[in-house]
Amino acid sequence: MSATAEAPALIGTSGDSLREAFGKALSGLADEFPKLVVLDADIAGGTGVHHFRKSHPARFLQFGIAEQNMMAAAGGLAAVGLLPVVTTFAVFCLRAIEQARLSLAYAKRNAKIVASHPGLDVGPDGGSAQSLEDLAAFRAIPGMTVISPADPVEMALATRAILEFEGPVYMRTGRSPAMRVFGDHHTFEIGKGKIVRDGSDVTIVACGVEVSRALEAAKLLEQDGVSARVVNMATIKPIDSELLARCADETGSVVTAEDHNIHGGLGGAVAESLAATRPCPIEFIGVKDVFGASGEPEELATLYGLTAPHIAKAAKRAIARKG
Amino acid sequence: MPAQSQKTLLKRDAPSARELAAEIAEAARFTRKHAIASIYHAGSGHPGGAMSSADIMACLFGAELNFWSDAINDPDRDRFVLSKGHGAPALYAIAAHHGFCDARAALNLRKLGSPFQGHPHVLDLPWVETSTGSLGQGFSVALGMAMGLKLQKNPARVYTLLGDGELQEGEVWEAAMCAAHHKLDNLCVVIDYNKLQSDDRNDAIMRLEPLAAKWRAFDWAVAEINGHDIDEILSAFRRAGASHGRPSVIIAHTIKGKGVPYMENIPHWHGSVKLTHAQAEEALTALGAGRNEIKELLDVGDR
Repeated sequence: MSATAEAPALIGTSGDSLREAFGKALSGLADEFPKLVVLDADIAGGTGVHHFRKSHPARFLQFGIAEQNMMAAAGGLAAVGLLPVVTTFAVFCLRAIEQARLSLAYAKRNAKIVASHPGLDVGPDGGSAQSLEDLAAFRAIPGMTVISPADPVEMALATRAILEFEGPVYMRTGRSPAMRVFGDHHTFEIGKGKIVRDGSDVTIVACGVEVSRALEAAKLLEQDGVSARVVNMATIKPIDSELLARCADETGSVVTAEDHNIHGGLGGAVAESLAATRPCPIEFIGVKDVFGASGEPEELATLYGLTAPHIAKAAKRAIARKG
Repeated sequence: MPAQSQKTLLKRDAPSARELAAEIAEAARFTRKHAIASIYHAGSGHPGGAMSSADIMACLFGAELNFWSDAINDPDRDRFVLSKGHGAPALYAIAAHHGFCDARAALNLRKLGSPFQGHPHVLDLPWVETSTGSLGQGFSVALGMAMGLKLQKNPARVYTLLGDGELQEGEVWEAAMCAAHHKLDNLCVVIDYNKLQSDDRNDAIMRLEPLAAKWRAFDWAVAEINGHDIDEILSAFRRAGASHGRPSVIIAHTIKGKGVPYMENIPHWHGSVKLTHAQAEEALTALGAGRNEIKELLDVGDR
């Protein structure tokens, strides 16, 4: 098969983080979306929306350190015709998840939640700040779209996409300097996964920071004579079941990789989907149901088993389990 | 009626204050009777809070909100959010009284397939402004509406009714701080202060006093009134409407179960309860319903 649109090599760190890419994109889109308002709980410097605060101060709404009120107030802002984007850290989205459930999702509001500082990528702030549960929690809310872009280019595209999309969305950004995975001609569509490197023995389905590690893993596997396909599954919900089924058909085994608990996130979504369509061996790369700790993101990835060599090993296990 | 302000209409039509008070009192009586009947048919529901808030709801819908039922989509309409979502039977009843929905249909409270869920849902009923039922959230949503209306230079006002037990939610005080900080003088909170909550008296569960002082400390314009006195309620709304630079809170002292003697101030009736036919009949009689009205409300067949 030759469905691969592009198979870019890593082109190194962008010197930019996903949160900064988001903040810049949002600021740049403000004039095009006149109803857009941005909600902050005193961490604009951390979430990237300090760019928006500077460029569009009248549409930057300060809620103080009070996420529950901020999250539900977004429902009210949407109810009177504005386009609210709630910004905070992923762990604090968990604090306000019931507000997101009732006042945004249940009420079907056109409101967006954009969460920075997800996963071990948070690094030195430690276990209390590292949200390893948000994808699972938000995925369980009916009608909630869940997105985790992989690099700064995709983040900018996804930012536009969620503003154009009608309905509640939860989107992860990222704290640490991000790898640049995609070229300037990358495209993004909510609900569509993308084959970013083709292969025939196994499919690695990844999201967020794990996409670049998955590409690195595919290179390692290639050295061992294993042909690994890599799928960037930037939309965790709704999951691209069609693409997953095709990949399972064509490669016969799957590895999922995410900076999240192995329970309930991307891995859960992929397993649910494939169980219903093309059951096949699946291995899960993620944090194994424990909390994180302080350390640099790369150190943590090594300690908790999220690096390219870990993914490559999991790929071999998945292949070995094929019938 | 066109989507013009009821306040303007009232000025033009100029019903006497006495006529208006009589209309509101009748609406409040209807609200109590209908709520009792719907809770009876449902086999569950919270009668106490519906009784205590009926006069406030009747004043809001009869005189304060600037729109009638044919203007529920008008962007300039005032907004009302029932933050104490378990007061739904009173909301459905007053809405039925003013033609927002069919009174008979609204007796299908809490029934499968009925839009009259146990707690109001915005997708089920077009005149419900937002879904509530998790205490504290309606207040924040109302705050967001007030903030958004101000940003868009829309003069509409936002009203939200909170229960007293609801004030124990931390989110309430986040919102109280936020509304004052942003000078949301288009926001008016009413507290149905009936002193009882699900399990016991507020005092026994988690003390709220000194309540007015708390709101004053948060820099709100505070009024304390008898929540069953229509003149006092209307006058408090007028003062709230004149507040500049500060949001308003009306602490309405009420009696839980008001109008039904066997319920008044008795904790048992304040959670979700199942009313027997005899209890519903006794309540309706106490609320002034005649034999035919009771039959009409209680002995309806499949709806």
